[in-house]
Amino acid sequence: MAGKTITRADLGEAVHRQVGLSRSESLDLVNQVLKEISDTLVKGETVKLSSFGTFEVRYKKERIGRNPKTKEEVPITPRRVLTFRASQVMKKRINGES
Amino acid sequence: MIKSELIQRIAKRNPHLYHRDVERIVNTILNEITRALAEDNRVELRGFGAFSVRYRKARIARNPRTGEPVEVGEKKVPHFKAGKELRQRLNQGNPQIDR
Repeated sequence: MAGKTITRADLGEAVHRQVGLSRSESLDLVNQVLKEISDTLVKGETVKLSSFGTFEVRYKKERIGRNPKTKEEVPITPRRVLTFRASQVMKKRINGES
Repeated sequence: MIKSELIQRIAKRNPHLYHRDVERIVNTILNEITRALAEDNRVELRGFGAFSVRYRKARIARNPRTGEPVEVGEKKVPHFKAGKELRQRLNQGNPQIDR
Protein backbone atom coordinates (compact mmCIF):
# COMPACT_ATOMS: atom_id res chain seq x y z
CA MET A 1 0.00 0.00 0.00
CA ALA A 2 2.87 2.35 0.80
CA GLY A 3 5.14 4.02 -1.71
CA LYS A 4 2.57 5.15 -4.24
CA THR A 5 2.50 8.74 -5.46
CA ILE A 6 -0.84 10.45 -5.86
CA THR A 7 -1.06 13.17 -8.53
CA ARG A 8 -3.52 15.75 -9.84
CA ALA A 9 -4.88 13.06 -12.17
CA ASP A 10 -5.72 10.80 -9.19
CA LEU A 11 -7.52 13.64 -7.44
CA GLY A 12 -9.44 14.32 -10.65
CA GLU A 13 -10.39 10.65 -10.83
CA ALA A 14 -11.67 10.77 -7.23
CA VAL A 15 -13.80 13.83 -8.01
CA HIS A 16 -15.10 12.07 -11.13
CA ARG A 17 -16.14 9.02 -9.07
CA GLN A 18 -17.51 10.90 -6.06
CA VAL A 19 -19.29 13.78 -7.74
CA GLY A 20 -20.07 12.25 -11.12
CA LEU A 21 -18.66 15.00 -13.34
CA SER A 22 -16.77 14.03 -16.50
CA ARG A 23 -13.10 13.15 -16.10
CA SER A 24 -11.90 16.27 -17.89
CA GLU A 25 -14.15 18.62 -15.94
CA SER A 26 -13.15 16.91 -12.68
CA LEU A 27 -9.45 17.45 -13.43
CA ASP A 28 -10.20 21.04 -14.41
CA LEU A 29 -11.86 21.62 -11.03
CA VAL A 30 -8.91 20.10 -9.17
CA ASN A 31 -6.69 22.58 -11.02
CA GLN A 32 -9.07 25.47 -10.24
CA VAL A 33 -9.06 24.64 -6.53
CA LEU A 34 -5.26 24.43 -6.38
CA LYS A 35 -4.95 27.66 -8.36
CA GLU A 36 -7.37 29.50 -6.07
CA ILE A 37 -5.35 28.39 -3.03
CA SER A 38 -2.06 29.39 -4.72
CA ASP A 39 -3.35 32.80 -5.87
CA THR A 40 -4.59 33.57 -2.36
CA LEU A 41 -1.23 32.66 -0.84
CA VAL A 42 0.66 34.73 -3.43
CA LYS A 43 -1.40 37.71 -2.24
CA GLY A 44 0.01 37.00 1.23
CA GLU A 45 -3.28 35.74 2.63
CA THR A 46 -3.50 32.68 4.93
CA VAL A 47 -5.60 29.73 3.75
CA LYS A 48 -7.33 27.82 6.52
CA LEU A 49 -9.09 24.61 5.54
CA SER A 50 -10.95 23.13 8.48
CA SER A 51 -10.16 19.50 9.35
CA PHE A 52 -7.32 19.63 6.78
CA GLY A 53 -4.79 22.28 7.73
CA THR A 54 -3.51 25.84 7.37
CA PHE A 55 -1.20 27.28 4.71
CA GLU A 56 0.59 30.40 5.80
CA VAL A 57 3.07 32.72 4.11
CA ARG A 58 5.93 33.83 6.33
CA TYR A 59 8.46 36.53 5.77
CA LYS A 60 12.16 35.90 6.27
CA LYS A 61 14.57 38.77 6.71
CA GLU A 62 17.92 38.89 5.00
CA ARG A 63 20.59 36.84 6.75
CA ILE A 64 24.15 35.83 6.11
CA GLY A 65 24.76 32.36 4.75
CA ARG A 66 28.05 30.63 4.18
CA ASN A 67 29.12 28.48 1.30
CA PRO A 68 30.14 25.36 3.27
CA LYS A 69 32.80 24.46 0.74
CA THR A 70 34.53 27.79 0.18
CA LYS A 71 33.44 29.30 3.55
CA GLU A 72 32.59 32.39 1.58
CA GLU A 73 29.90 34.57 3.18
CA VAL A 74 26.89 35.22 0.99
CA PRO A 75 23.84 37.29 1.85
CA ILE A 76 20.58 35.30 1.67
CA THR A 77 17.96 37.64 0.24
CA PRO A 78 14.75 38.34 2.17
CA ARG A 79 12.02 36.00 0.99
CA ARG A 80 8.54 34.67 1.56
CA VAL A 81 8.22 31.02 2.54
CA LEU A 82 5.13 28.84 2.68
CA THR A 83 4.36 26.75 5.75
CA PHE A 84 1.66 24.12 6.22
CA ARG A 85 0.29 23.17 9.62
CA ALA A 86 -1.79 20.02 9.56
CA SER A 87 -5.02 19.97 11.55
CA GLN A 88 -5.52 17.64 14.51
CA VAL A 89 -7.98 15.68 12.36
CA MET A 90 -5.33 15.01 9.71
CA LYS A 91 -2.65 14.15 12.29
CA LYS A 92 -5.00 11.67 13.94
CA ARG A 93 -6.00 10.04 10.67
CA ILE A 94 -2.37 9.63 9.65
CA ASN A 95 -1.69 7.90 12.94
CA GLY A 96 -4.70 5.64 12.54
CA GLU A 97 -6.57 7.18 15.45
CA SER A 98 -9.80 7.83 13.59
CA MET B 1 -9.46 32.50 3.22
CA ILE B 2 -11.35 29.67 4.89
CA LYS B 3 -12.89 26.59 3.28
CA SER B 4 -16.36 28.09 2.83
CA GLU B 5 -14.82 31.07 1.01
CA LEU B 6 -12.81 28.78 -1.23
CA ILE B 7 -16.02 26.91 -2.09
CA GLN B 8 -17.80 30.20 -2.70
CA ARG B 9 -15.12 31.42 -5.11
CA ILE B 10 -15.06 28.17 -7.09
CA ALA B 11 -18.88 28.12 -7.21
CA LYS B 12 -18.94 31.66 -8.55
CA ARG B 13 -16.62 30.71 -11.37
CA ASN B 14 -18.70 27.64 -12.24
CA PRO B 15 -22.31 28.83 -12.31
CA HIS B 16 -23.46 25.59 -13.99
CA LEU B 17 -22.58 23.60 -10.83
CA TYR B 18 -24.71 23.26 -7.73
CA HIS B 19 -23.17 24.81 -4.64
CA ARG B 20 -23.35 21.47 -2.83
CA ASP B 21 -21.45 19.79 -5.67
CA VAL B 22 -18.66 22.35 -5.36
CA GLU B 23 -18.64 21.57 -1.64
CA ARG B 24 -18.28 17.87 -2.44
CA ILE B 25 -15.51 18.59 -4.95
CA VAL B 26 -13.41 20.55 -2.44
CA ASN B 27 -14.02 18.00 0.32
CA THR B 28 -13.20 15.09 -2.00
CA ILE B 29 -9.87 16.68 -2.94
CA LEU B 30 -8.87 17.36 0.67
CA ASN B 31 -10.12 14.00 1.86
CA GLU B 32 -8.26 12.17 -0.89
CA ILE B 33 -4.98 13.87 0.08
CA THR B 34 -5.45 12.92 3.75
CA ARG B 35 -6.43 9.37 2.84
CA ALA B 36 -3.34 8.94 0.66
CA LEU B 37 -1.11 10.11 3.51
CA ALA B 38 -2.89 7.82 5.98
CA GLU B 39 -1.96 4.96 3.61
CA ASP B 40 1.68 6.14 3.67
CA ASN B 41 1.53 7.44 0.13
CA ARG B 42 2.98 10.67 -1.17
CA VAL B 43 0.91 13.35 -2.90
CA GLU B 44 2.73 15.31 -5.58
CA LEU B 45 0.86 18.21 -7.12
CA ARG B 46 3.12 19.74 -9.77
CA GLY B 47 3.53 23.47 -9.42
CA PHE B 48 1.68 23.51 -6.10
CA GLY B 49 3.69 21.26 -3.80
CA ALA B 50 4.09 17.82 -2.30
CA PHE B 51 2.64 16.23 0.83
CA SER B 52 4.51 13.39 2.48
CA VAL B 53 4.62 11.54 5.78
CA ARG B 54 7.62 11.76 8.08
CA TYR B 55 8.39 9.44 10.95
CA ARG B 56 9.24 10.54 14.47
CA LYS B 57 10.93 8.06 16.78
CA ALA B 58 9.63 7.45 20.27
CA ARG B 59 11.27 9.81 22.76
CA ILE B 60 11.20 10.95 26.34
CA ALA B 61 9.74 14.43 26.54
CA ARG B 62 9.23 16.57 29.59
CA ASN B 63 6.18 18.25 30.96
CA PRO B 64 7.35 21.85 30.70
CA ARG B 65 5.49 22.86 33.83
CA THR B 66 6.55 20.08 36.20
CA GLY B 67 9.73 18.89 34.46
CA GLU B 68 8.33 15.39 34.77
CA PRO B 69 9.49 13.00 32.01
CA VAL B 70 6.74 11.72 29.70
CA GLU B 71 7.07 8.90 27.19
CA VAL B 72 6.03 9.88 23.67
CA GLY B 73 5.49 6.94 21.34
CA GLU B 74 6.69 6.88 17.73
CA LYS B 75 4.41 8.73 15.39
CA LYS B 76 3.93 9.95 11.86
CA VAL B 77 3.63 13.60 10.93
CA PRO B 78 2.38 15.10 7.69
CA HIS B 79 4.79 17.35 5.82
CA PHE B 80 4.30 19.82 2.95
CA LYS B 81 6.91 21.29 0.66
CA ALA B 82 5.87 24.08 -1.69
CA GLY B 83 6.47 23.40 -5.37
CA LYS B 84 8.97 25.30 -7.47
CA GLU B 85 6.40 27.34 -9.37
CA LEU B 86 4.58 28.46 -6.23
CA ARG B 87 7.87 29.27 -4.49
CA GLN B 88 8.87 31.42 -7.43
CA ARG B 89 5.50 33.16 -7.55
CA LEU B 90 5.80 33.99 -3.83
CA ASN B 91 9.16 35.63 -4.58
CA GLN B 92 8.61 37.25 -7.93
CA GLY B 93 11.65 39.22 -9.00
CA ASN B 94 14.05 37.56 -6.56
CA PRO B 95 16.76 35.97 -8.72
CA GLN B 96 18.11 33.94 -5.80
CA ILE B 97 15.02 31.67 -5.69
CA ASP B 98 15.49 28.35 -7.55
CA ARG B 99 18.13 29.54 -9.96
